[in-house]
Amino acid sequence: MSEHQLSAPPPGTPGAPAGPTSAPGSAGATPVPPAADESARVERVARGTGSRRGGAGGGSARILGLVVALAAICVVGYVTAGSRFASIDNMLVILSLASIIGVLSIGMTFVITAGGIDLSVGSVLGLASVWATTVATQTMADQYGWIVMVLCALAVGTAAGVVNGVLIAYGRVVAFIATLAMLVAARGLAELIAQRRTQLVNVQSFQDTLRGDLLGVPKIVWIFAVVAVAGWFLLNRTTFGRRTVAVGGNPEAARLAGIAVKRHTMYLYALAGLAAGIAAVMMLGRTGAGSSTNGLLYELDAIAAVVVGGTLLSGGRGTIVGTVLGVLIFATLTNLFVQNNLDSSVQQIAKGAIIVVAVLLQQRFTSRTART
Amino acid sequence: MVTVDPPNRPLLQMRGIVKQFPGARALDGVDLDVLPGEVHCLLGQNGAGKSTLIKVLAGAHQPTEGQVLVDGEPVTITNPVAALKLGVATMYQELDVVGGLTVAENVYLGHELATGGVSRRREAHRRTKEIMARLGHPEIAPGREVGSLPAAAQQIVSMARALSHDARVIVMDEPSAVLDSDEVENLFRVVHQLTAAGVAIVYISHRMEEIRAIGDRITVLKDGRTVARDLPARDTPTSELIRLMTGRNVEYVFPPSTELAADAPVVLDVQGLALRGEFQDVSLRVRAGEIVGLAGLVGSGRSEILETIYGARRASAGTVEVAGKRLRAGDVTAAVRAGIGLAPEERKAQGLLLDEPVYRNITLSTFGRFAKGGLLDERSERRTAQEQAEALDLRPTGVDRAIRTLSGGNQQKAMLARWLVHGCRVLLLDEPTRGVDVGARAEIYALVRRLADEGAAVVVVSSEIPEVLGLSDRVLVVSEGRVVHEGPATAIDEHAVLDLVMEGSAA
Repeated sequence: MSEHQLSAPPPGTPGAPAGPTSAPGSAGATPVPPAADESARVERVARGTGSRRGGAGGGSARILGLVVALAAICVVGYVTAGSRFASIDNMLVILSLASIIGVLSIGMTFVITAGGIDLSVGSVLGLASVWATTVATQTMADQYGWIVMVLCALAVGTAAGVVNGVLIAYGRVVAFIATLAMLVAARGLAELIAQRRTQLVNVQSFQDTLRGDLLGVPKIVWIFAVVAVAGWFLLNRTTFGRRTVAVGGNPEAARLAGIAVKRHTMYLYALAGLAAGIAAVMMLGRTGAGSSTNGLLYELDAIAAVVVGGTLLSGGRGTIVGTVLGVLIFATLTNLFVQNNLDSSVQQIAKGAIIVVAVLLQQRFTSRTART
Repeated sequence: MVTVDPPNRPLLQMRGIVKQFPGARALDGVDLDVLPGEVHCLLGQNGAGKSTLIKVLAGAHQPTEGQVLVDGEPVTITNPVAALKLGVATMYQELDVVGGLTVAENVYLGHELATGGVSRRREAHRRTKEIMARLGHPEIAPGREVGSLPAAAQQIVSMARALSHDARVIVMDEPSAVLDSDEVENLFRVVHQLTAAGVAIVYISHRMEEIRAIGDRITVLKDGRTVARDLPARDTPTSELIRLMTGRNVEYVFPPSTELAADAPVVLDVQGLALRGEFQDVSLRVRAGEIVGLAGLVGSGRSEILETIYGARRASAGTVEVAGKRLRAGDVTAAVRAGIGLAPEERKAQGLLLDEPVYRNITLSTFGRFAKGGLLDERSERRTAQEQAEALDLRPTGVDRAIRTLSGGNQQKAMLARWLVHGCRVLLLDEPTRGVDVGARAEIYALVRRLADEGAAVVVVSSEIPEVLGLSDRVLVVSEGRVVHEGPATAIDEHAVLDLVMEGSAA
């Protein structure tokens, strides 16, 4: 039991070493290398049947498709907006834009891989941002340091996730309904606490720690990177990740194999809640204010990014690399429209089209492999 | 051109059918002639290509090469609707009914009776009722929700659907797998009715006694090819058929039972176990090295007993002890930790992650043990799985392919491999050879006996009474949720078991 908690993503540890950020992209596409003498046969078999190895990594073709799509958007950006688009500064703007949704999407990837859904993450983000900026919390933070606000946000997020998880796993409430209820209730609670006012962050040390750049890159981008790497590791390299795929692939088989499916389901929603808490901290770092409207409709952006990334909505297959690419595609697209002063309504239509096209392509892909 | 129909002109012919999948040739030249009014049995091991052939016939797959002729005319069956239009209806092995719809809605699924988009419900109910009466199941009401029916009744619904199409050829893929013996007789009655009316049946079954009872001719498939055709179903010796199917001479025998050591400890001790509405007061003790069989009809409670011992259902009374340690009721995780393994009745739905590789299915209960501090060690997982796969002669070799691509027998071997890796002290097997062909059956029997010899306590449930008697040391006969007899397997025969079961249900 303790092993899950140990391997959960390190909550809010910004400024981690730069090393691992480059690793997941390449490693995600090719799971663990098999023993040398075996790899030849393995590859022959994999080629022969057209079946993919591993449920999680899967389709390097799919990842490649996402990279191509992202590159295409970038080319369009460069052609239409020139150096305004293709500058380091603008890239950092895109990454900042992607970071908060990105962290939510990492949590969402786990829930969806396990066959669930969490509609409440945007509201929980709002609630956590409000709770972490109340007069009481900020007074304590003045006294004990900025970490109080961070821990408060993480605790609120995780607690909301645990409530979701208990309702779904032990109360047998359908995930869609339980998290829909949390979506409404968390938003309401946030309004009640904030009295619909914006609560500015007054704790200087918090601002100093989370605002601004580290090594020329915004700190919230670092947080996203760390969460993404931790998420990739958790999903692909740990027993927690294996259980997640098993629960999503066939819950009954997982249960009869001795996996504690209910407990694991609860952990998954707690993890999504924790991600919402981290996202709330990032939101406070970026905007400097807690508000009950923070994170409005973010759950939809997160779900869209996860699904476009290639995680199956029905569960059993999940990819963190895909999710990150999905988030980046949407963020780059948004930036492209802003740079060209285009109507945001058109942008929404484009987003909708991307979601549909991505899912259609995936279905063609899966039906082709399923027939073999 | 005017020709006179010869009396025995084939209704359906398949010539040189080849089906190439990426990397695998599922069919490699299949010939099949089906005459009107005959029961044509299709025999072959799992993986021989029967399922693919059926799908070609049903329009679900397109053949790469070859020709299908109906009434001597070449046809292309592009989709399932086209197949039905040609009069070819298929009853798949896996139930293909929609649980949320009514019986009548399922029977007319895809060809609803409607006028201008408005369903003619009353008409559908009337016709469904007729078909059900014809099938000998007037008690299945057309308005009943199919999900609430037992599996056997769902099978009848599936059959009713095939009949609703006025089919001339009905393909039945292991129709008896979920049926009790009296229901099988009923099925045979319907088959006779149909053939008398000129309908041809393509009948697929692993049960020789069924083929002897209703078959006319046999076609044998092996490795995607027709290896024998036009064999008389009644007189072809079983040994000859097995030789054709396997390409080797295999005797369909059970491994000899081993003398139980006098001091063999009791590993599994079940006392007064009950599950409300399913069974009551079940007590059994299984010693290390012993195989205990539970015989009974479908619905007698035998599967439920296994699942309750395992904790997959929460017992309403009674205790389960493994090696003297009492298990918490309704806790599978604790049961697995204590060393119990279950190979469930519905392998695909309850046992396997079909899209995951074979090795991850084998280590599904043990990957935590390979892991260090929560970190997976896939290399040792794969190596261990590979060793087991080789020891069990799992085919095709290579544990990285999705387990979906394996045949039923090999999937069952993978299930057993899971518990071998786990090192089970108690093994619960529910229908261990369902959907497993004759050759692989013998292997699985030998494997089960080997596990027992290595010290496992084994409990086997099967609807095939000879299997229970042949495999077990001791037999418990279950009827209506009660144990009505317990004794050595050698001291009772099939008829006696049936007598007990009948008596139990009469009481």
